[in-house]
Amino acid sequence: MSATTEHPIAGMAERPVASMFVTMTVRGQLCGIPVLSVRDIIVTQAMTRIPLAPPEIAGSMNLRGRIVTAIDLRRRLNLPPRDGGQAGMSVVVERQGELYSLVVDAVREVIEFEDRQMEPNPPTLAAAWREFSSGIYRLQSELLVVLNTERVLAIH
Amino acid sequence: MEDLLPDFLTETLESLEKLDLELVKLERQPDDKAAISSIFRHVHTIKGTCGFLGLSRLEKVAHAAESVLDRHRDGTIPVTPDSITLILRALDCIREITSGISQLGKESEGDDSALIAALIAMADGNASSPADFSNDTGTEFPDVAAVVEPAPVAAPAAVTPAPIAPPAAPVRKADTAPAAELPAQPGTQTIRVNVDVLEGLMTLVSELVLTRNQILQLARTQDNNTFVAPLQRLSLITSDLQEGVMKTRMQPIGNAWNNLPRLVRDLANELGKKIDLVMLGADTELDRQVLELIKDPLTHMVRNSADHGLESPADRRAMGKPEQGRIKLNAFHEGGHIVIEVGDDGRGLPVDRIRNKIIANGLATEAELATMTDQQILAFIFRAGFSTATTVTSVSGRGVGMDVVKTNIERISGTVEVTSESGHGTVFTVKIPLTLAIVSALIVEVKGERYAIPQISVVELVRAQTPGAANGSAEGRQASDTVIEHINDTPVLRLRDHLLPLIDLSDLLKLAEPGQASGVEAGSLYIVVVQVGASRFGLIVDRVFDTEEIVVKPVAPILRHITLFSGNTILGDGSVIMILDPNGIARATGIGTGRAGADARIELAATTQNSEQKMALLLFKAGDSHSKAVPLNLVSRLETVERAAIEYSGGQPVTQYRGKLMPLVSMTGASREDAAGNQPVLVFADGARVMGLMVDEIVDVIEDQLQVELSTDQTGFLGTAVVNGRATDILDTSFWLKRAFKDWFGANPTARATLRQLLVVEDSAFFRSLIIPALSAHGYHVTAVENPLAALAMRAAGQMFDLILSDIEMPEMDGLAFVREVRSQGPWANLPIIALSSSGSPKAIEAGREAGFDNYISKFDKNIMLEAVADALATTRGAATPRRAMSEGVRA
Repeated sequence: MSATTEHPIAGMAERPVASMFVTMTVRGQLCGIPVLSVRDIIVTQAMTRIPLAPPEIAGSMNLRGRIVTAIDLRRRLNLPPRDGGQAGMSVVVERQGELYSLVVDAVREVIEFEDRQMEPNPPTLAAAWREFSSGIYRLQSELLVVLNTERVLAIH
Repeated sequence: MEDLLPDFLTETLESLEKLDLELVKLERQPDDKAAISSIFRHVHTIKGTCGFLGLSRLEKVAHAAESVLDRHRDGTIPVTPDSITLILRALDCIREITSGISQLGKESEGDDSALIAALIAMADGNASSPADFSNDTGTEFPDVAAVVEPAPVAAPAAVTPAPIAPPAAPVRKADTAPAAELPAQPGTQTIRVNVDVLEGLMTLVSELVLTRNQILQLARTQDNNTFVAPLQRLSLITSDLQEGVMKTRMQPIGNAWNNLPRLVRDLANELGKKIDLVMLGADTELDRQVLELIKDPLTHMVRNSADHGLESPADRRAMGKPEQGRIKLNAFHEGGHIVIEVGDDGRGLPVDRIRNKIIANGLATEAELATMTDQQILAFIFRAGFSTATTVTSVSGRGVGMDVVKTNIERISGTVEVTSESGHGTVFTVKIPLTLAIVSALIVEVKGERYAIPQISVVELVRAQTPGAANGSAEGRQASDTVIEHINDTPVLRLRDHLLPLIDLSDLLKLAEPGQASGVEAGSLYIVVVQVGASRFGLIVDRVFDTEEIVVKPVAPILRHITLFSGNTILGDGSVIMILDPNGIARATGIGTGRAGADARIELAATTQNSEQKMALLLFKAGDSHSKAVPLNLVSRLETVERAAIEYSGGQPVTQYRGKLMPLVSMTGASREDAAGNQPVLVFADGARVMGLMVDEIVDVIEDQLQVELSTDQTGFLGTAVVNGRATDILDTSFWLKRAFKDWFGANPTARATLRQLLVVEDSAFFRSLIIPALSAHGYHVTAVENPLAALAMRAAGQMFDLILSDIEMPEMDGLAFVREVRSQGPWANLPIIALSSSGSPKAIEAGREAGFDNYISKFDKNIMLEAVADALATTRGAATPRRAMSEGVRA
């Protein structure tokens, strides 16, 4: 357990040779978080609204007795909301002892990449993504944005 | 060797604390042999262990101190304040070196030779004044200035030890500090337990409580009998376990007080004062976490008392007080809280200086201050940057203290207040909830979402109606319901002689969907009356559920800035809800800060028993300092208009108000030249017509009996009455309304024929002045007479009316006799006749109906009256119809 809490979130200096990422889509864009940072993946269920909270915060949920603060990734990236009020999926991460969930459109598979395959952000990457991206991987037909969770969670 | 160090450090720090206390005690009783022995033993032990562990610097200092104590022990050198001071210095040095060890793992470099030389000199009998020399490690001895700012509150379970500034009591390294120890008695056993272990236990028990609640919830919905018995047993055991674990976290508050005797002694010496420190209730227990957090605030308050509160011995003598000033600490339990009083018998807080400081800092105007009690003014010392100390001493007075104290205390859901009497002393009262982790909370619902309110703050629950519902149907409203009223758009509740400010939670939390009307909706609502410090206010909610025990979980760091919430929790059904913080709500809405707006501060004085004749009166000043009043009923709004916004049209001042032009009438006749600042205005409105009466100052709203002594001298006033014990001029509203609109009373001759003619029989000029303008403004033509005999004379003269309104209590002929007479014969027999009264008992209503009244209404509420009149006229327009049944439209 302690090994995983020490594990660096993607974007920091130390990286093992190959990393596994949980991939998810936000408005069609594929992005990924290191698998070891992810505590849980759940279907977004009953969320309690938090009045007066910053707009990116979708609410809070109960995950086996612990309170998880949900952050809507679309809002965080200044993207339009999901169609038809779909709930989306929640990817739960932990930061400094607190649980947060990133609410995304859908979660896809776990992919393994070699670190040397990671490339810096291309100039064509949209500004909002750039702020939260540590780099990209090229897949056959699309790009994967590696999310810098630390920056995603740094809401003021 | 490393394994032994942590234990050594802990023990040494403990010993040092004990030694501080014992040395101060010894100073008062220098012949206490037992005390000297005990002190010697402690220092001897420290010295021995240092030697064993190879901590040579410590050993040398301890050895030197031990030598002095040895002399004391065998009596060769008497115990003197000088020797005590020197030994205390040695202890400080030891403390400092020890803290260095805990940070660095080894002794820091330093030269203690001066100190050691002084100690040896004293032991040899060549006592020199230990007054000024400093340890050459570069830090100076009790440099009190360094500790003025209370250290930012460290989280009790912090892993990194907090930096130690001499001579503040050392903050214990959290992971080595012991937990609650049973008081040392011969025979009781104690064990040192790591704090982390206890924290872990506490968390597990909290989760157990939550799960137990969940299961109980489920069990309530199921009828499964086999589970009931074991479940109850489980529940009992869980509660006992919870209590037991909570107890391990409880420590006597004396632990936080340990450093105070030494502190006060040093302060007394430094300031040249004589101070006696009394500590009562040192064994009152409170949560360990809370204890850590209040240590600094308490120290700060004691410092303040010593420095600013207590006078010098010379001053005290001159005032006839004993030379010895006293600082008293008193701790006790009270209803789920621990109360700590820190008081002194000094000169008290300087209210006038505080008042001046408030004005100088722009925190309030003189006018606002004039309406505040001394207590409210004193509360300003808790604001940031506030200090009236004329000289900033090294001890305190930097203006940084009391607001930090208050914030720290509020952070643990506590409150702090101050009372003071000039020349006699000051007392600070701190109230803190006994435990933070599991609290009782009331679950409420606002706009479909549930929230928790800590039960401790809840005083009562009230069901109330909104005015919309009240006015709708007189039958629907029960006499016992309380009604939400509005003063200047702020909802308030009249609750047993007090006006309670109300806060609409859906507004505060911005819960309304865009497009949905926010604010109080018509219908039944619940009001949760909460108390924060000395302030009471009500929270408007849609529904109230029950009280539950909840585990308080702090909100995520990114949400901590929302001060309205003190945390969140998971209910028995698994849903997450936010916990409201009444303190935060009070702060956000400005309640209890003594902040008066431009509108009247709302406070009702307790009044005489005869509540049937009390009226709400608005007190104001205009033209001179003489008090003036107008029934609040007649006033639509209290407004403040920027003088710059007042324009002139045809010589008359007007201002734009809610999309219309409102004529302004000045009471003094003189035009105000200065175009700056704000102009208080009383707004009178009737249907489409609005006018503003400019006054100098809106003073207050009170409820009082009204007995107007008539005088015809003053134009614009009905006369004088004694209101709130003072002679007050009562406004003649009709006079002023006509000043705005000459035709306010609709005296349009051509229209007269179609105007309804009303007859009002009322002996009180005052009530006539209430009723007539109200009716006239609605387009009725009103004839008023003072007594029924005059009315009957009119009948004899052939005058005809559409409706009669009559008072009941009248001197020569009362209303009942009048209506009987009217009904028995003559042209008025079938007219609608409405009784106006100040009493609404069912008996009275019955009597009225018997006598022949169609309706029986209160003379206090013009809205109801207008409605009744309209009703009555509508049903009798044209053909004669049977008399309507009476409805109870009287307000109790």
